[in-house]
Amino acid sequence: MSDEPILATHGLTRRFGGLVAVNNVDFDVTPGEIHAILGPNGAGKSTLINLLSGEISPSEGQVLFHGKPIQGKSVRQIARMGIGRSHQKTNIFPRLNCLQNCELAGRIHMGGVFGSWRSRQRAQKVSERALDVLETCHLAHRAYTPAADMSYGEQRQLQIAMVLATAPSLMLLDEPMAGMGREETVQVTELLESLTDRYTLVLIEHDMDSVFRLADRITVMVDGCVLESGPTDQIRASEKVRDVYLGRHHEEATA
Amino acid sequence: MLHRYPKRVAIIMLVLLAIVATFPLWGPTLFGSQSDFILEKLTLMVILALFAMSLDLLVGVIGLVSLGHALFFGLGAYTLALASPEFDAASLWWMLPLVMLVAAVAALVVGLLVIRTKGIFFIMTTLAFGQMLYYLISTAPFAGGTDGVFIMFRPSVTAGESVLLDLDNPQTFFYLCLGMLVAGFLFLRWLTRSYFGQVLDGIHDNEHRMQALGYATGGYKLVAFVISGVLAAVAGMLAAMQYGFANPAQLGWHTSGEVLMMLILGGMGTIFGPILGAFAYEILLYVYEHLTVHWPILMGLTIIAAVLVLPRGIAGLIIAPPGKAELMKSPWLRRLGRNRPPADIPVKPAVPNKEG
Repeated sequence: MSDEPILATHGLTRRFGGLVAVNNVDFDVTPGEIHAILGPNGAGKSTLINLLSGEISPSEGQVLFHGKPIQGKSVRQIARMGIGRSHQKTNIFPRLNCLQNCELAGRIHMGGVFGSWRSRQRAQKVSERALDVLETCHLAHRAYTPAADMSYGEQRQLQIAMVLATAPSLMLLDEPMAGMGREETVQVTELLESLTDRYTLVLIEHDMDSVFRLADRITVMVDGCVLESGPTDQIRASEKVRDVYLGRHHEEATA
Repeated sequence: MLHRYPKRVAIIMLVLLAIVATFPLWGPTLFGSQSDFILEKLTLMVILALFAMSLDLLVGVIGLVSLGHALFFGLGAYTLALASPEFDAASLWWMLPLVMLVAAVAALVVGLLVIRTKGIFFIMTTLAFGQMLYYLISTAPFAGGTDGVFIMFRPSVTAGESVLLDLDNPQTFFYLCLGMLVAGFLFLRWLTRSYFGQVLDGIHDNEHRMQALGYATGGYKLVAFVISGVLAAVAGMLAAMQYGFANPAQLGWHTSGEVLMMLILGGMGTIFGPILGAFAYEILLYVYEHLTVHWPILMGLTIIAAVLVLPRGIAGLIIAPPGKAELMKSPWLRRLGRNRPPADIPVKPAVPNKEG
């Protein structure tokens, strides 16, 4: 995987008052890989992903997407450039059904405020694509169910489907398995696995099993800094990483 | 799905439309000499229904509560009054597009400034713009100050030499207003069910998420704001034709507040609800005004009661009529009724469980 990175950060730093949430992070994603970000709570994972999607702007350093800085662009412009993201909190439109949720997401490519009135053919394409991603996410049978009436796990899957519907070139997923039961976690892991050959993913996740199963590369963050970054096998074998995870727990247990 | 309602909604609305539309036929036999007066009241209700409906696009559909919607209502009235020749009837063919254009430009300018705000700040900025125009007009010599402007001749609807609609005839004018209301309703129904409407629903539910998907939500809100303002101005123009004058009161926050109450009473976000709300409000107003000079107290209590008992307004009552079980659950009715539910709250054991 030596191609040009699709996304790269250089010296990315973000402070909140005296707190340095993200400290001088160099991070890159190459096309087609799944790059997972691991780290204990408060390590700065969510801040990092918010910086990547432009929801907050960096104090220092920059984010390059396809070699171009995203600085100064609004959230929606960055979304249109092809960075799709899901949020940690379930973030769907509860009154719409699954298909409408995905169509709404896909329709941004129809262009502009008045684009919605323009072309029947494109609307047809959007619907087809929406059905397609529902199929991918095993939600085709739920197409006409209002999102509010589905189980929590299904809502999380719908959220991934909505990101897919925007046809992103890079997907940022913030804890897609958060709050899920064992069975649902396995299901979503399988879903993400099925996406690996077609999409580039940045994944924040607490579930170790899923991360080690899915990721091509892992970046481990602690206190806003990158502790170690490398292929999954390297991280699995890393003493440093083991110390942070096991050491922390050990300290907490004895404290 | 969203903005799809049970069949009975359409049936009820069509029956009500038929009753109102045939009033000139059965009114005189039922009310005799009172009939002219009632027709006038009905015309006013129809105009206010159009006004309330236009606000629903902002308040109910997008969730932007405006306390300055009278700005556009009054603007429509004043545009007609000031643009009409003094000793001749203006042509509605010119006046309607002019009013709509003026309102669209005003809504674009105001909208560009207020659409950036949310919640209480949106309420305050819309109120501020409404009051700005109110004080400008009520102190402006060209607009007749606090007296307003009289319209000596109602605009005419002509084709060449022949008069198509004689708007001085109260019945004809009534049907014009009713036609505008129906057209406005069909337009807003179409709009809210279009893709554009879906985006507005999305903004209502979660604007941030819409931006993260790549939507320029500001643009959508602005377009909706302009459409809403234009419809309100058409209602204002009709009101000025009805009264025969444009008055600063039509611009004031009182008018904005009243139309909000119609929305609350009728049921927000449903488009048909505000129509019912406008009629209900005006009928209540008429009754209360005859009961006491302190009618605002009664009206206030009614609105409070409506919010408590019918949080989704009259429309909510029609869309999902409460079943018997739900009525029993209502704390208000339970206290009234004799069928108290059994005391099914078990007595808690005094000794805590020692299992853990």
